Amino acid sequence: MTITDHLARHGLAGVPLLEADAPKQTKKDFTSDQEVRWCPGCGDYVILAAVQSFLPELGLKRENITFVSGIGCSSRFPYYLNTFGMHSIHGRAPTIATGLATSRPDQSVWVVTGDGDALSIGGNHLIHAMRRNVNLTILLFNNQIYGLTKGQYSPTSKVGQVTKSSPMGAVDQPFNPVSLALGAEASFVGRVMESDRPSMMATLRAAAEHRGTALVEIYQNCPIFNDGAFEKIKDRSEQEARLVRLEAGQPVRVGAEDARRVLVRTPGGALEFVPEDQADPTAYVVHDPYAEDPSQAFALSRLDSPEMTSVPVGIFRQVERPTYDDQVRAQVAGAQDAAGGPATDADLAALLRGKDTWTVA
Amino acid sequence: MTNKTIESLDRVVIRFAGDSGDGMQLTGDRFTSDTATMGNDLSTLPNFPAEIRAPQGTLPGVSSFQLHFADHDVLTPGDAPDVLVAMNPAALRANLRDLPRGATIIANTDEFTTRALAKVGYASNPLEDGSLESYHVHAVALTSMTVDALAEFDLTRKEKERAKNMFALGLLSWMYTRPTDATEAFLATKFGSKPEILAANVKALAAGFNYGETTEDFASSYAVAPAPMPAGTYRNITGNVALSLGLVAAAHRSGLPLVLGSYPITPASDILHTLAGLKRHGVTTMQAEDEIAGIGMALGASFGGALGVTTTSGPGVALKSETIGLAVSLELPLVIVDVQRGGPSTGLPTKTEQADLLQAMFGRNGESPVPIIAPQTPSDCFAAAMDAVRIATAYRTPVFLLSDGYLANGSEPWLVPEVADLPDLSVEFATAPNGVDDAGAPVFQPYLRDPETLARPWAVPGTAGLEHRIGGIEKADVTGNISYDPDNHDLMTRLRQAKVDGITVPDVEVDDPSGDARVLVLGWGSTYGPVFAAVRALRRQGHAVARAHLRHLNPFPGNLGEVLRSYDRVIVPEMNLGQLALLLRAKYLVDVRSHTAVRGLPFTTTELAEVVGAALEELS
Ligand code: SF4
Repeated sequence: MTITDHLARHGLAGVPLLEADAPKQTKKDFTSDQEVRWCPGCGDYVILAAVQSFLPELGLKRENITFVSGIGCSSRFPYYLNTFGMHSIHGRAPTIATGLATSRPDQSVWVVTGDGDALSIGGNHLIHAMRRNVNLTILLFNNQIYGLTKGQYSPTSKVGQVTKSSPMGAVDQPFNPVSLALGAEASFVGRVMESDRPSMMATLRAAAEHRGTALVEIYQNCPIFNDGAFEKIKDRSEQEARLVRLEAGQPVRVGAEDARRVLVRTPGGALEFVPEDQADPTAYVVHDPYAEDPSQAFALSRLDSPEMTSVPVGIFRQVERPTYDDQVRAQVAGAQDAAGGPATDADLAALLRGKDTWTVA
Repeated sequence: MTNKTIESLDRVVIRFAGDSGDGMQLTGDRFTSDTATMGNDLSTLPNFPAEIRAPQGTLPGVSSFQLHFADHDVLTPGDAPDVLVAMNPAALRANLRDLPRGATIIANTDEFTTRALAKVGYASNPLEDGSLESYHVHAVALTSMTVDALAEFDLTRKEKERAKNMFALGLLSWMYTRPTDATEAFLATKFGSKPEILAANVKALAAGFNYGETTEDFASSYAVAPAPMPAGTYRNITGNVALSLGLVAAAHRSGLPLVLGSYPITPASDILHTLAGLKRHGVTTMQAEDEIAGIGMALGASFGGALGVTTTSGPGVALKSETIGLAVSLELPLVIVDVQRGGPSTGLPTKTEQADLLQAMFGRNGESPVPIIAPQTPSDCFAAAMDAVRIATAYRTPVFLLSDGYLANGSEPWLVPEVADLPDLSVEFATAPNGVDDAGAPVFQPYLRDPETLARPWAVPGTAGLEHRIGGIEKADVTGNISYDPDNHDLMTRLRQAKVDGITVPDVEVDDPSGDARVLVLGWGSTYGPVFAAVRALRRQGHAVARAHLRHLNPFPGNLGEVLRSYDRVIVPEMNLGQLALLLRAKYLVDVRSHTAVRGLPFTTTELAEVVGAALEELS
């Protein structure tokens, strides 16, 4: 791959950069004048602060960044960022973002959505954005509950979860958003914990720079309606034993140094954690997010369980694949170039006449 | 050369009818094209089943194409055919009741087998049992003559039989003295890669033509002189193509890229197909995963400063409603094309209706006004589309363009306009802050309105200093910030309504040549042709009848109330159960008379003339 190829595939290629002599951007530049109105203690605050701190890193002009959201607590996000933004309707943000990204290659387009917005009402749009590979960064705040409508179970709520609308426990099997995204041909799939700032920054950067749809699932605590949903992996004492940090090119490991387990492929093909000192190094599962074949990434996503005994986080998949918007634009540009440039009045006149005319004197 | 006579006619209505696999639409299209080239005015009405290949030889499987052409201006596809080409018994049975006595029937005898007859309930062969004695019946062995003519071709019998529609076209071309060279050229393009099939079709066409010339069965052929039409260059055009070109022309004249987000649906899909082929004109088409995504993509493109358009039919509008409401709230340009079909639900996908008017008007939550424009003829879809874009961009609003299945697939000659004569639709984007904050610093106020149009600025991403957030939550006047203030909501609701109410639309013109008419017939959309034809027929009988047509359904023209009140009787024919009548009664307190039919077909001239005639009688 040449440097130019690389740039062409860069997620931000085509988006103008801040002038070299422009004052350095700070978090404040991306903070709007609107009062933030989430509940005290909501995980959304943490994510907002992280994104506001992260955006200056991109070195883009604020006017070249657009955030589009749907409906739900998380979807208020655009109001708090001093960029272009649209708070749209329930589940439809990916469609609006697709239209914008396709017609405006000079925009870095972000979608902010939640588990209800993206996976219930907007499930169809989410999977189609990913299979098309539109150049978007989708931040999916997963709090496993409907917050804005005051506490009904969501498509990621656990089976048996008691909520206002499931007094005897939810019977629906939840989605695993990472598995879903991998099945929907996503070219970039990541997962981070809202409280894990370093990993969040690294994943956001990789996602923004990825050309194509980048889906980042962010585990977000809703202290009002589903407090502690991620406590097992947030709690420092438990976290180490449960959080599987995926690193490209590294064996998949979990646990503190003295109790470290490593993921191996058993002779039957299944993945299993075994104590590192007992494992056969040739059977180690080495994480490869760049693999064309998504099956190992999918298998990793299935390590998850409602008990959260081993929860993989990090970048599951990151592969290059032509993007929808680039190809759509290329077809239009190609047709125009082949015809000698943008249509003139004479070209329009020829189109209106068509091929079969007659003249009345 | 022939020694047969050529008789002159002023007008002819032909209906080609056959199985949906018989190629009747193609045959009709070709005959239309050749007729247009001869300078006749014309109007067409295709009528086909929703199924791609309905069961063979059955009544539901019949597909037909009607063409009305004349030496004078043609307003409708014609009430009743003068000539029916029936490729099988089902085609005869399904169409016979529309045929006036004395009409000509050309029937393909090869298909009139006992089995085929029984399939559609004929106990005996109508071609032989005398039941058609009041018609001129030409029993022609179309299939076997085609197969015989193609004897030397190395094709299967089935392939040879398939050329029978060209034999029929050749025969009709002889009957009405139409040249066949354009059709030969067309076949050459269509079958360019299959020389044997091409040669067979050309041969069948010629064989049909020669058969007419030689057989004793046809005593004479007919000529229809060209219609006097304004000077200029003409083409024949369907509503869907005219609408597509109107959108492209509007994009060109506004300097905006056209972005279509659409999901396939009958009878609107041809617009998607046409626009998908016009990338050379800077047109982007996105085939979405569903109707909702289609309009979402269009709205996203509009937010980005493109001309966003979505195309659909009634069921699709139902799905898009929430996004249309969002566009009302965002106050961004957007064109929603609804090619109406029979409803409710799936209804009659391939048949025409005008029953989405109230859906377009009110089919959203909250007070959500949307301008509505309806084209009146197939070629008028061009100008209507341009007008829809004018309103959408000038007032930053979603606009409904209400076409229908008849306009979409029907065709007529179109005087191709000069590009320089098309309206200038250039738009202005916001480029700089338009206000100051409390500290006196420049700020952008996304909901500060133009005092004239009440439109808000179109401030597209990429414009420095105009970063702002908009959404579906109620916004504060001027600043656009979220607002739950009761007075603000009341104000914003009224402002959105006032903006739509204040859209400039031309006065409705009344056609009342004598000036003494007491009855006014008011049409909208595709009833234009039948209403005008019926009024013309009544005037020929010496009656004074006034006629007017509404292009703008929301807002109504400013003079409409006055017009309605100046007649003793206002008749409003609609292909619904009285939707425009309801709006007129509510708004103007005028007791308009509704005449309605929802048969999936346009009104006939005769039917409307009777209705209006009865009103004239009542008043006399
Ligand atoms: S309901 Fe939950 S998710 Fe919503 S703002 Fe409150 S804490 Fe956050």
